[in-house]
Amino acid sequence: MNGPQDLGGRMGFGPVAPEADEPLFHAEWEARVLGITLCCGALGHWTLDESRHARESLPWTDYLSFSYYRIWLTALIALLERHGEITAEELAGAAPRPGLRPERRLPAERVPQVLASGGPTDREGAAEPRFDIGAQVRARNLQPPGHIRMPGYVRGCVGRVEARHGAHVFPDTNAHGGGEQPQHLYTVVFEGRALWGPDGDPALTVSADLWESYLEPA
Amino acid sequence: MPHDHHDPDYDEMTARTRALETLLVEKGLIDPAAVDAIIETYSEKVGPKNGAAVVARAWTDPAFAGRLRENATAAIAELGFTGRQGEHMQAVFNEPGLHNMVVCTLCSCYPWPVLGLPPTWYKSPPYRARVVREPRAVLAEFGVALPAETEVRVWDSTAELRYLVIPERPAGTEGLDAEALAALVTRDAMIGTGLAVTP
Repeated sequence: MNGPQDLGGRMGFGPVAPEADEPLFHAEWEARVLGITLCCGALGHWTLDESRHARESLPWTDYLSFSYYRIWLTALIALLERHGEITAEELAGAAPRPGLRPERRLPAERVPQVLASGGPTDREGAAEPRFDIGAQVRARNLQPPGHIRMPGYVRGCVGRVEARHGAHVFPDTNAHGGGEQPQHLYTVVFEGRALWGPDGDPALTVSADLWESYLEPA
Repeated sequence: MPHDHHDPDYDEMTARTRALETLLVEKGLIDPAAVDAIIETYSEKVGPKNGAAVVARAWTDPAFAGRLRENATAAIAELGFTGRQGEHMQAVFNEPGLHNMVVCTLCSCYPWPVLGLPPTWYKSPPYRARVVREPRAVLAEFGVALPAETEVRVWDSTAELRYLVIPERPAGTEGLDAEALAALVTRDAMIGTGLAVTP
């Protein structure tokens, strides 16, 4: 979706402000939000893609003014409500009903193993890839209302396939309950001037990892 | 971005976070000790020192560097660094005339097993908006100046591939062992907003 998350190439945000000796968390609640979010993910109600979509679905004014972990917390509450695990009334103090999936609760002793194994997204069994390494491809002009992992700044631009990564879970369906529907994933390299026009940096290249249905021959 | 612990926004967020955690614990959905364990993992065990060890090994062991180019996920796993947000790793090597930088313009994708959690600036709109368009101006804000003819290659992490920049080994480090070399490798050098430190 053309939401507030799609920031590549946007202007007006001012300088990057690196912070000397930045702490990992700027307040204790940020650390709790990280931990609670990962624990809730283990309940299995939603995919990583659905959680990304929940964050990018915030109103622009919220997304661009909230601190990072406030975005996470706001999206997490929306996901928990959507999947019936909590209600606004419970959050406001009403007596809590039992959770839907207490059997999926992540116990502390399993945390090291869960974090160390992660969730690979590569999948076997897809058809032959459509594009060869070195092929010229155009990023299609797709403007879906739902989740998409193609940044707006590459749409319509021609690049070159530099690498193929086999089939990976397709976020556009996986974010919306449509299943993994894996398809081939490519690293596509774009010249800076193909993206930013004649004033673009002549010694810049940018690559994006793009799924096959995002691409067409050029 | 407010960084003051006494900021009213933070007090409100503390209250909201506690309310949610309390509710989820009461409903039997989360184990507060698991939340603690996750925080402890990323506060104390997983961070940029992992990535620095990978870089130092690549600088001192050509066979490892070759495996890192070929299959970074497997090569990094040899050092014991695996898992969440590092399931599919790619190492990108700086060389004379080529400088690599990493961004996620769409969210905050970052190689947790080798660099830990990302700094605030990496997740911020200015970095995400600008680095794909004017990386040299961004580099200047980090105090890095590259020759105009040096190609800048920006990697936008739009899928689950996570990138680790292997900076160039500084001159004059021939006599150093891997441990001493790792101390020269900053987090920013492995994102591409910095260079390895010259001793």
